[in-house]
Amino acid sequence: MITILLFAGMKEAAGTDKLTMDREQVSVAEVRQFVKETYPAIPGTERAMAAVNEEFVPDQELIRDGDTIAFIPPVSGG
Amino acid sequence: MEQKRYRVTEEPLDSTAIIQRVTDKNAGAVTVFIGTVREMTKGKRTLSLTYEAYVPMAEKKLAQIGAEIEEKWPRTIIAIEHRIGALAISDAAVVIAVSSPHRDASFKGSRYAIERIKEIVPIWKKEHWDDGSSWIGDQLETTAYDEGAPKEGET
Repeated sequence: MITILLFAGMKEAAGTDKLTMDREQVSVAEVRQFVKETYPAIPGTERAMAAVNEEFVPDQELIRDGDTIAFIPPVSGG
Repeated sequence: MEQKRYRVTEEPLDSTAIIQRVTDKNAGAVTVFIGTVREMTKGKRTLSLTYEAYVPMAEKKLAQIGAEIEEKWPRTIIAIEHRIGALAISDAAVVIAVSSPHRDASFKGSRYAIERIKEIVPIWKKEHWDDGSSWIGDQLETTAYDEGAPKEGET
């Protein structure tokens, strides 16, 4: 099981902060597509960065069962 | 018990305590940057802000920024705290303290830290105006997000 975390505007538009995907191995790009298809109304799914286990990763990165992937919309701290 | 030098918290920030974390007998300078909640932005009145974070990753990224500063300006000591939750006008959202043997490194490290926070630390703010609210993103107006992760060491 892969855990997908959503934040800020993405979380609000989805109405949830967490999704799961029952796969052994999947690319970040495939997870992004899954989020887009599950919640077509979420803004900025293409543009959000992805972080796997709390580190930024490119779209071709493979993730495995047990991993957590977070989509990071443009940040605005400070 | 040693206090954490990189922290995301819902509590009001205590700048004196944060300064103490970088105090060192070999330091000749301490700079403190405090980012506060501004009321007027481009003619729009902010009533309050809500900050949200991916806390464990945000604390890791704050620590990464500290490590980058130590590498660029040796013998600096850094502490950074960012507040999350509901903040009022003039509340401190972030406090950055940097000490160094000579003042130049403290000034430069402090500036570097706030710019990096706006690039790589997963913290978001939602502005509440009198006529609505919105999540604010990409304050730097960069295109870095289209290329995936921000470049390491990018200033």
